[in-house]
Amino acid sequence: MKKYDAIVIGAGHNGLCNAAYLAKSGLDVLVLERNPYIGGASVTRELHPGWKYTNCSYVCSLLRPEISRDLELARHGLQVIPYHGGVTFTRDGDHFGNYPDAERVYREIARHSLRDANAHDRFETDVMKQTRLIRKFLMSTPPDPTSLRPRDLRGLLEFASAFTEMGEEGLLDTIRFWTMSIGDFLDEYFETDVIKAHMSGSGIIGTALGVYSPGTAYVLLHHYMGEVDGSIGAWGFARGGMGSVADALAASFQSFGGEIVCDADVHRVIVERGRVRGVALANGREYRANVVVSNLDPKRTFLQCFDAGDLPAEVVRRARNFKIRGSSGKLNIALDGLPTFNGIAPESPLMRNDMHCIDSLERLERAYDDWKAGTWSEDPYIDMLIPTTVDPSMAPPGKHMMTIFVQYCPPTLASGPWTPEARDAFGQTVIDQVAEHSPNFKDLILDCEVRTPHELEDEVGLTEGNIFHGELTFDQLLFNRPFPGCAQYRGPLRGFYLCGSGTHPGGGVMAAPGANAAREILMDLKRPDVIPASYPDD
Amino acid sequence: MKPHSEVRLLDTPFGSRVRDACEVHQWEDWKGYLTAAAYEDVELEYFAVRNATGVFDLSPMTKYRITGPDAQAFLNRVMTRNVRRLAPGRVGYTVWCNDAGMVLDDGTLFHLAEGEYRLCAQERCLDWLQWSALGLDVAIADETADVAALAVQGPTSCATLRAMGLDGLERLKPFGIARFPFDGGELLVSRTGFTGDLGYELWMAPDHAEALWDSLFDAGRDRLIRPMGTAALELARIEAGFIQAGVDFVPAEQVLRHGRGRSPFELGLGWLVDFGKGHFTGRNALLKEKENGSRYRFVRLDVDGNKPAEESFILDKSANVVGHVTSAAWCASAKRNLALASLEMPWGRPEDDLFAEIYYSREQRWTRLETRCTVMRGPAWDPPRRRQTPPADF
Repeated sequence: MKKYDAIVIGAGHNGLCNAAYLAKSGLDVLVLERNPYIGGASVTRELHPGWKYTNCSYVCSLLRPEISRDLELARHGLQVIPYHGGVTFTRDGDHFGNYPDAERVYREIARHSLRDANAHDRFETDVMKQTRLIRKFLMSTPPDPTSLRPRDLRGLLEFASAFTEMGEEGLLDTIRFWTMSIGDFLDEYFETDVIKAHMSGSGIIGTALGVYSPGTAYVLLHHYMGEVDGSIGAWGFARGGMGSVADALAASFQSFGGEIVCDADVHRVIVERGRVRGVALANGREYRANVVVSNLDPKRTFLQCFDAGDLPAEVVRRARNFKIRGSSGKLNIALDGLPTFNGIAPESPLMRNDMHCIDSLERLERAYDDWKAGTWSEDPYIDMLIPTTVDPSMAPPGKHMMTIFVQYCPPTLASGPWTPEARDAFGQTVIDQVAEHSPNFKDLILDCEVRTPHELEDEVGLTEGNIFHGELTFDQLLFNRPFPGCAQYRGPLRGFYLCGSGTHPGGGVMAAPGANAAREILMDLKRPDVIPASYPDD
Repeated sequence: MKPHSEVRLLDTPFGSRVRDACEVHQWEDWKGYLTAAAYEDVELEYFAVRNATGVFDLSPMTKYRITGPDAQAFLNRVMTRNVRRLAPGRVGYTVWCNDAGMVLDDGTLFHLAEGEYRLCAQERCLDWLQWSALGLDVAIADETADVAALAVQGPTSCATLRAMGLDGLERLKPFGIARFPFDGGELLVSRTGFTGDLGYELWMAPDHAEALWDSLFDAGRDRLIRPMGTAALELARIEAGFIQAGVDFVPAEQVLRHGRGRSPFELGLGWLVDFGKGHFTGRNALLKEKENGSRYRFVRLDVDGNKPAEESFILDKSANVVGHVTSAAWCASAKRNLALASLEMPWGRPEDDLFAEIYYSREQRWTRLETRCTVMRGPAWDPPRRRQTPPADF
């Protein structure tokens, strides 16, 4: 039987990135994917003829430019087109337009509150300060604060020096920022409901917390620390949907001789005498390698891919306790034309951006209350985009594709498991909310794919449907991600590694976990480091 | 609430006239307003200021109206200079700092009447002003869009304005304020400007703006009046040695990297700091700086030769970097090759040997110079007419 140098479980973007770097260093690498298609949650599928759906993740910012350039993703077909700004529609028929240029945003915020318009600069500066701090650590393995190894000490020193560079006041601000709620943070700058509601969305996306839950300010940062071509905080559309990220990574991987096998559902990691030796599929087929890397979330990895007896009890316990609560759903819609929205011009530039329908923090907090009670939000937070306003490749000319990220949506309902009827009722709730602000929206719908956490777990493999492979709260970040003992991408068994978003620096289609994990693997195999370092001071 | 508008750049109250006058269509975005970088020819516009009259539309300048029983106390709390000494009818140049003593912005403070002030600033700071006003009986209103403003600058500016009917303007002293009836409204004139020359700034309600522009250009035609864009103004202000927020320093609220802000002392504006007046924002930090020394010194450099030292490093004689140029231009009236520069302490003493690293290209060939610089004592351009009262006609 052929023996590979390394096997990566899961052809998500991190699995593919990890595999690409291992293959680039000369290893013989196999990627196994359970679905008949690759991509994981970075996937584009044509579920309605002529329309491409960017099924799970839908916009791109966090993908590390160092990786994108180094793996020649552009040559392999990836193009990310930036968009800037957004809009929140209000119940009184007005809206807040977050325009791409500073002066129009100023004028637009001033329309609601002159003081808020002035405070916006301070808000942007303060968030950017925090962003610059965290960006330094994205492309590196978090140092273990309990270790005395020179490498960890060096890492800790870099940590300390980055903090010192913030100055005394900056350090104090950072501690506050990492622990406070996005609601409290925004209250320190703004007085207007709709402005706060608009700015707060990034603090809760993908997180089973409310806008007044401590820790959500950091989640905002997670959505600000990316970039498109050096424009920090910008988001963009991957041409052809987010599947093109995975496709480009796969093409890069294959250009280094890598092999991908689909319809290969890994049932069990083979462990012999305390080290991994390969994997066995559900259909009984086995693949052998001394290095096995999991792109799956930590919970699924340790609780479903191992015989519990092969793992230390501590790891099983920590994996079981890992916080990975599903909080979001998704609608992908084929539209017969471009909808119109109350209060903005037809074909307004604001429609090229992210659109939202909740106009106060109170409504957002209530939306979270529904989740706690075990039902989807009656009045949900949505992050809605129409990629076809920018990308001509997603639908026939003149037709449009709309993606709606929805929060909150529980992994199971208080009344019991999800049913097709409940799923459709959830979808209808979202459609009704959009229709409140768009008179012709319902008439334009040709097809709609509704995904609850149940579908996200069932089809993509995300435990509880959590899009980040585990919540981005301070207790599960840096050297505590996913949990102590596994935070440097190494698993508890020799030859076993984690490379998914459940590891540092987390989810969001960043590819950094995959690259950082590859660096550790290559170090263990005593091979040269082929992973690019962070760009300095940007 | 105002209706929503998707207009990209707004017209100033002089918009119709500015659009007509701008022949070269070199436009800029200044605080969201369509602004001419040049109207016809930058050189002509610059020389209008130094030789006749240049007119600059400064309506987009941020303007706050500060009123109320505590207005003076409030301003004394936020400004580094002593606002009590600013008499009604007078204008004062001023800076304001954050608690760390770092400059937020510089601008001009108009004492319009007892308890009534106008603050003109480059950066917006309403949020900060309102935080600073907690506990005081003061009203702060943004009047940027409610006031049309023109700078009328140059040796024939006084004669031009008098010809427009501003009788007695010649008696107005530098930094003074006068009021005249005009077009059924009140025209406020201050003897202020950003060119270092004889000049005035006109302030008026927007509905009189077009009439004001037309009368001004009618009155000035024979005195060779000309509209000027931001490019010519930039040359004039560098020649006069004035600093600009966002160019010569980073306004403190925009600083991302710790330590990149500048204190008044580090911008050569220590003369605006009055420790004797009681508490003001940044006082403790500035006192400490006065005791312990500053990190930087801001200087005007006279650079040998005629190649502008734009974005140059400043080197010592061993070619160590000791600072950098923030603004530079060949100054045609002063006949100086001027650079404004921020130097690490203790550099910038009169006896220091300093060199500007200048790159320039002639027909695709690049040349690198290390050109000697001399620290200047005063401004390069400071003609007597700037202060003469009454000023001459030309």
